[in-house]
Amino acid sequence: MMLTRTARRQAAPAGLAAAALALALTACAGAGGGGDGGSAGQGGGPVELTLATVNNPQMKDMEELKSAFEEEHPDITVNFIQMEENDLRDAVTKDVATDGGQYDIVTVGSYEVPIWAQNGWLTDLTGDLGSDADYDVDDLFEPVKDALTVDDSLYAVPFYGESSMLMYNKELLDAAGVTMPEHPTWQEVADIAREVDSDDVDGICLRGKPGWGEVFAPLTTVVNTFGGSWYDAEWNAQVDQPEFAEAVQFYVDLVEDAGEADPVSTGFTECLNNVSQGRSAMWVDATVAAGLLEDPESSQVAGKMGYAHAPVVETEESGWLWSWNLAIPETTQNRDAAVEFVKWATSKEYHQLVGTELGWSRVPPGARNSTYEIPEYEEAAASFAPITRDIMLAVNPEQPGVAPQSWTGIQYVTIPEFQDLGNQVSQDLADVFAGRSELAPVLERAQDLAQEAGDAQK
Amino acid sequence: MTVLMTTPTRRRPARAVPTGQQSRRRRVAVSRALLWPALATSIVLTQIPFVLTIYYSLQRWNMLRPGDRGFTGLDNYVSVLRDGSFLSSLGATVAVTGTSVVASTLLGMLFAVLLDRSFVGRGVARTLMITPFLVMPAAAALVWKWSILDAATGMANWGLGLVGLPPVAWNTELPMLTIILVLTWQYTPFAMLILLAGLQAQDRDVLEAAAVDGAGALRTFGSITLPHLRQYVEIAVLLASIMLLQVFDPIAIMTRGTGGTKTLSYLLYERAFVGLEVGEAAAYGVMTVLVTIVVASVALRTLFKVFSTEGIDR
Repeated sequence: MMLTRTARRQAAPAGLAAAALALALTACAGAGGGGDGGSAGQGGGPVELTLATVNNPQMKDMEELKSAFEEEHPDITVNFIQMEENDLRDAVTKDVATDGGQYDIVTVGSYEVPIWAQNGWLTDLTGDLGSDADYDVDDLFEPVKDALTVDDSLYAVPFYGESSMLMYNKELLDAAGVTMPEHPTWQEVADIAREVDSDDVDGICLRGKPGWGEVFAPLTTVVNTFGGSWYDAEWNAQVDQPEFAEAVQFYVDLVEDAGEADPVSTGFTECLNNVSQGRSAMWVDATVAAGLLEDPESSQVAGKMGYAHAPVVETEESGWLWSWNLAIPETTQNRDAAVEFVKWATSKEYHQLVGTELGWSRVPPGARNSTYEIPEYEEAAASFAPITRDIMLAVNPEQPGVAPQSWTGIQYVTIPEFQDLGNQVSQDLADVFAGRSELAPVLERAQDLAQEAGDAQK
Repeated sequence: MTVLMTTPTRRRPARAVPTGQQSRRRRVAVSRALLWPALATSIVLTQIPFVLTIYYSLQRWNMLRPGDRGFTGLDNYVSVLRDGSFLSSLGATVAVTGTSVVASTLLGMLFAVLLDRSFVGRGVARTLMITPFLVMPAAAALVWKWSILDAATGMANWGLGLVGLPPVAWNTELPMLTIILVLTWQYTPFAMLILLAGLQAQDRDVLEAAAVDGAGALRTFGSITLPHLRQYVEIAVLLASIMLLQVFDPIAIMTRGTGGTKTLSYLLYERAFVGLEVGEAAAYGVMTVLVTIVVASVALRTLFKVFSTEGIDR
């Protein structure tokens, strides 16, 4: 069992070198990949479509209902590949960037659509959708459509969309004798949070988990409404400006005084947990959370929640804007069939189908105006549907902050470098949450990182 | 596989019987021929990817900027060295890995000694002790995050509350300790298994002789058992280090690389899959290999030499 003395001596470095090599290989595993073109050719014969999607509940509903599409189109079958959000981003980026051609339809977040469109990775859908009067492309929410449009061409269709809003536990606020206005300011919300906060209940839950899509989704909206921004219109980084620091300091202080105990662990899921168990009195996050909080099976606060517009300081609105969209990669061999499916899955008929087959509360929200005119949906989502719609129509992705910006997007900057930038800054911010570091040096480093990314755009 | 069936001695008898030297040479040739497929496979599987990694490390390539790709010389290495994250990551790796390995080995030693005596239910106890090592790392990290270390409902803070201590926000306030806790919990059974095997291989006569000579339990352990276990400790430390160097799951799930827990494997992941900087990530990978080889050949050898001069000769 024991190795001989010399063999053991040599085994040590060799073994470690092998381990290190494995590390190195993980790093470049992303580089290989790729597949061998689409399955069936264009025109005639059966077509098999491959759809890569995030594994969100709404997408699972789509897979459940795909047989309805396949019955209408007997020569088309659709295969779903469900992935975690990060895995999907990696897989699709790799496939599209290396001309893999594995996927005929992909779900893409609104952050990536303009970037990918500019890279020439997505096909232009303007003509296909505009020429079909029944599809009614003008029914799609205008701000969402704006975020998916590059040079007047639409490169993706929203499957469902969301903004952010303030959700509060009416019972806990009543018990403390405070009422929430419909358009609160951040100062009002902070006062209420500190008032309600007690040993058993957190005043507010705000994301603190590192990641550009975690803490920096809500935090960037706070920066915007405080009058700050990541960049000015000429791509000069603005992270060292007083408004940016003021906003971040406000956020960190609020979490420390009246927020959750362990901010670095806390993202969407953790806040949902806290609020639905009545352990947090308020929460500023995605509008889709309302549907989960109102579900009596998983939430103890169903029927007890109130909803208000996301808190503001200097802007009219500060909700964010996000949508999961269907897009068709340039590399597909089956474009016509893919267009058919994309139109079906984002049509008014599909929303009716979801309502009658799966229940009205499961209709994909935030994509079409007409959804909010379906009586059954209005009834099923009475407490949050009207305000969701108001917010979705009110937010302005062209200029969410006080100053004009040169990208379209609210809680993110639509440049490839932003996910890296947001990620690094949010990791440093964790030290501020923990009290290991002051805010000023963190923002100084962030300014340098941001300027580096900004210079790449000039 | 068919090659294995034809051994040189089973050749047709019509042939001249080979002399001793010829037959040995032929045996060697056949052995080499048999070795080739395996050798070629391992070269293909290990060296080609490494060469490719070196190639990518010389490229300027962000996956989201497909138009801007090309040869960039050593620029990626310059930015790796200029940016402080490589050194700080190296420090984090050494701290996290080192502490976890030492703690696992010490605890493993304790449990191995306890499990080495016979008692009722020893089999059950041993199986229970091994369980943490069999749990998938991601699942273990999730259990720790949600059930044990959750700030509001976790068992750790509940336990602290029982003795009157204030609750701790583990991931925010003590990220490094959090990761070390999880890793130690998971790798203690591994060290324990190896050391237990060592203990059970110990010669009972020697122990008996020590007892006859009047050595107490502590003296016996220090002067006889520990020197005997030295090889086993070395193996446990070596294997645990190799495995822990690559640790990723608890960091990704619990601390996200904050507060000094950004180890080299997590840094590589971030450069490749968050930054989408293929070239830079490959450069980090190559640097990691180089540093690890140096560390392995210098530091570990010195370490083990210290062990052997201080220990008793075998």
